[in-house]
Amino acid sequence: MGPSSFSMPSSAERMHWLEMMLLIRTYEEQLAELQTQGAPGTCTCVGQEACAVGVVSALEPRDRILTNHRSAGHLIARGAQVWRLIAEVLGRVDGYCKGHSGSLHISARELGVVLTSTIVGGELSLAPGVALAQKMGQGEPGAITTVFFGDGAACEGIFHEALNLAVQWQLPLLFVCENNQWQAMVHRLETMSEPAISHWARGHGLPVQRVDGNDVEAVYAASRSAVAAIRATGQPQFLELITYRQRGHYEPDDQTYVSAQERAHWLERDPIQLLRARLLDEGGLTEDLWHQMMRAAGEQIATAVAQAQASPWPTAAQLTEHVYA
Amino acid sequence: MPNVDPLIYGDTGVARLNVEQAINLALLEEMRRDPRVLIMGEGVATKRPEFIREFGAQRVRNTPLAEAIIMGTAVGAAASGLRPVVDLLFAPFLTYAADALINSAGKLRYLSGGQEQFPLVAMSMTGAGWCVGAQHNHNLEAMFVHTPGLKVVMPSTPADFKGLLKSAIRNLDPVVFFTDLGLLYQEGEVPDDPEFLVPIGQACVLREGADVTLVSYAKTVQTCAQAAVQLEQLGISAEVIDLRSLKPLDTATMLASVRKTGRLVLVQEASGLCGLAAELAAVAASEAFSDLRAPVLRLTGPDAPTASSWALEQAFVPQVEQLVQAVSALVGTPCARLAS
Repeated sequence: MGPSSFSMPSSAERMHWLEMMLLIRTYEEQLAELQTQGAPGTCTCVGQEACAVGVVSALEPRDRILTNHRSAGHLIARGAQVWRLIAEVLGRVDGYCKGHSGSLHISARELGVVLTSTIVGGELSLAPGVALAQKMGQGEPGAITTVFFGDGAACEGIFHEALNLAVQWQLPLLFVCENNQWQAMVHRLETMSEPAISHWARGHGLPVQRVDGNDVEAVYAASRSAVAAIRATGQPQFLELITYRQRGHYEPDDQTYVSAQERAHWLERDPIQLLRARLLDEGGLTEDLWHQMMRAAGEQIATAVAQAQASPWPTAAQLTEHVYA
Repeated sequence: MPNVDPLIYGDTGVARLNVEQAINLALLEEMRRDPRVLIMGEGVATKRPEFIREFGAQRVRNTPLAEAIIMGTAVGAAASGLRPVVDLLFAPFLTYAADALINSAGKLRYLSGGQEQFPLVAMSMTGAGWCVGAQHNHNLEAMFVHTPGLKVVMPSTPADFKGLLKSAIRNLDPVVFFTDLGLLYQEGEVPDDPEFLVPIGQACVLREGADVTLVSYAKTVQTCAQAAVQLEQLGISAEVIDLRSLKPLDTATMLASVRKTGRLVLVQEASGLCGLAAELAAVAASEAFSDLRAPVLRLTGPDAPTASSWALEQAFVPQVEQLVQAVSALVGTPCARLAS
C-alpha cells in the first residue's frame, strides 16, 4: 500500500488531535505552575505537541516507542493516564515507575513506551536493539520501533552509529528528529554546520522526509507513509520535524537567552493555534466548542493533579527495590 | 579456532579445554538451549563460522567497530526479549560502551520501577600477558562493581569460565564478564554437562589453610596458589580463595576464612585505589575485627597505566615472590628460610 492510498483524516479525527494537543499543553503548563510551588522541574514539550500527536497517531498498539526528555506528549498521545504521569513527576507510588523515575525516565511497558533516556542520545543507542528484537521475532509480527530525539542528540556520535547500524542491519525503525532549534541552552546554529539534520540522515542512506513539525496533518501524513514503508520493506526511515521549543530547557527557565524576534516568529506558528484556525475555517470547530475543549482539558488535568497528589510517597524500604532481578 | 565439538569428550564427563574453548563451549551450549541468545561484536562471526552454520547469521553478528552502539543495541534487544552476548574485545573499549551499560542497563530496571529487564552479557579481555599496553589492558572491574544494577564476574579456571558464562547468559541482570587474557590459553578440566553452572556470587576455597587467608581473582589466583605451596615449605599454612564473582561479592566465604586464620592478604592485578581489595579490607575490618591477628594487607597494581614492555607489564602484577615475602613478614616467619 503506497502513501497515496491513505485516506485523509476525518474531521472527527482532527478534532481528536486538537483535544489531545490541548491536553498535552495543559498538562505541561499545569506542571510548570506546580513547579512555582516547589514541585520537581520538567523538560516540557510545549510547542512540539503536533510532533507527538501526528507521529503517535500513525502507530499501532503493537509498535514500540523510545523517547527522551520531552516525553510527555508521546506518552499522553499514546494514551497514558495523565494522573499516573503526574504522580510519577511528583515522586508518588502510583506513578508509572513507582516514583523511581520522576519526569525524566518514564517508561510504560503497557503502552509500548519501552524506554525513556535522558542521557542525550541514549534513546538512539537503545532503539536499534528494540527493532532488532522485533526483526528477530520478539513481540507481535510486523511491529516497528519509533525513536524520538532532538537536534541536540543528532550532534552526538551515537546518532551516526545508530543510523548506520539501522541501515546496515535493515531494522524496522522510524527515526523521528524533533528539530526544535534549541539544544539545552544553546541554539542549534551555534553547534552544527549543516542546515538540516536530514542531510546527515540522507548521508547514511536513509529515506528522509523533512516536514513542518507544527502542522499535525503534515506530520501525520509523513508518519503514515514512513510507517507503511517500514512495514513493507523492513528498512528504517527518517523524519525531521521542524518545530520549536516554546518554553525553556528545564523548568523554571526565564529564557532570557532567547531572541524575542525568534520567539515571536514561532509563537505565530503555534501548532495548536494552527489546527484550531484550520478547523474553525472549515466549520468543524466553533468558538463555543473550542472553549468547551479548553475547559474540559483544564478540568481533566486539575482532577489528575488532585488524584496524583493523593497518591502516597514511596517508603524508604522501596529505595533499593528493582535494582536487581 | 578451538574445536568445541562435544564429541571430543571421553567417558569421564570432562574434557581438557583452554579458557577460550571453554567460553566457546558455553556459548554453543546456551545458543542451543535458548533461541533468544545471540552473539554480537567486532569479529564474533568471522571467528566462528561453525556458529553461523549452526545458528544462522541472524544470531551471530559482526558489528561495526562502534562499542557505544554495540552495547546500546544489546541493551535495547535485552529489553525486548532477546538474550544478547556482546564481545567488546578489550576492557578499555568499555568506556565507549559505558553509557549504555551504566546509564541504561544498570539503571533502567530501577528507574522504570521494575518494568524493564536487561538480561545481557558484556564480555571483554584485560590484564598483563600480551604486551598490548594501557589502551588494551586496563583492569576496570572495580568501576563496574561500583555501578548499581550490574553484576560482574572474572573467573580464573576453564571450568569456571564455562559455568559462570552460562550462568551469566541465564541471569536476568546485565553481567559484565571479564576474561584475563593471560589465562586465555591455559587448560583445565571442564565438565561436559550442558547443565554445569557455576552460580554468580559464590567464591570458592581453592586450598585450605590455617595461618593466613589469600583472596584474589583472575590470574593472581594462581599467584596465590603458587605462593601457598612455597609458604607451606616455610611452615605457613595459607588458605586460598578465588572470588570468581566480583558482584555480588561473596564476603561470607572470606569472612569465614579470616575468622579461622586471623590474617588476610588481598591480591589483585588492578590498581589499588578504591579497588576490590580495598572493599574487602573494609569488610574484614568491620565484620571480623576481633578475629584479625595482623593488619590486613593488599598487594595490587600501582596507580599507573599499564605499560607494553614485558618487563614493566610483569612489574605491574603482584608476583609470587612478593607475595611470599609479604605473607612471611605478616606471619612473622623469616623469609630467609625459603632460600636455604
